[in-house]
Amino acid sequence: MTGEVFVQTSIVIAFGLLSLSLLLTVLRVMKGPTLPDRVLALDMLVSVSIGFIAVTGIATHAAFNVDIAIALGLVGFLATVAFARFVMIRGESPEEDNDVKDPPSEAKQ
Amino acid sequence: MIDALSNYIAGILILVGALFTLTASVGLLRLPDLYTRMHAASKAGTLGSCVMLLALALQSSDGAIALRAVAGVLFFLMTVPISSHLLAKASHGAGYRLWSKSKRDDLQEAQDAADDAT
Repeated sequence: MTGEVFVQTSIVIAFGLLSLSLLLTVLRVMKGPTLPDRVLALDMLVSVSIGFIAVTGIATHAAFNVDIAIALGLVGFLATVAFARFVMIRGESPEEDNDVKDPPSEAKQ
Repeated sequence: MIDALSNYIAGILILVGALFTLTASVGLLRLPDLYTRMHAASKAGTLGSCVMLLALALQSSDGAIALRAVAGVLFFLMTVPISSHLLAKASHGAGYRLWSKSKRDDLQEAQDAADDAT
């Protein structure tokens, strides 16, 4: 296997793995159960997207992909800081069920 | 020869980064509470995207792009710990509790000690 073919194969595999991790992260955004969980999952979504952009940059050899990745990282950082500030000011939301359940009992429901 | 070697290294870096990102998202879905999930997402997730950016730096023919990718890696390595620490501190201060099977809560103990001192 030559180097060029190896890179192309690993790009295809990495796209599959990254799509799967995007899906799992979106599942956590939907499940919640609290606001900081969703904020954390959105932060993770940004970092998966940065990986996606980096792999796209390798696949297409386009120069602007790095700039997009850096700008997205800056936006994600500022969003997480703003949400953390919001969580700190708002305090614990009374309508959320804050009892953290064990994973086995959660799976049974 | 050197060119082919950089291809192999970049391909391995891409695969390692994608596997780390997948591990982080599985941890985000499976771990029991916010603080353990943060442990998975902020460390493994950052490492995954940084390794893939390093592969981009290695694979690019232009020096400016490689330099920008390395600068991006440094930027993420500096900002992600700040933002996740801030989120953890804010949600601990707001009263989101730890998992019921957690053994110790050092931040709570330190705050209790500070309250007793005053």
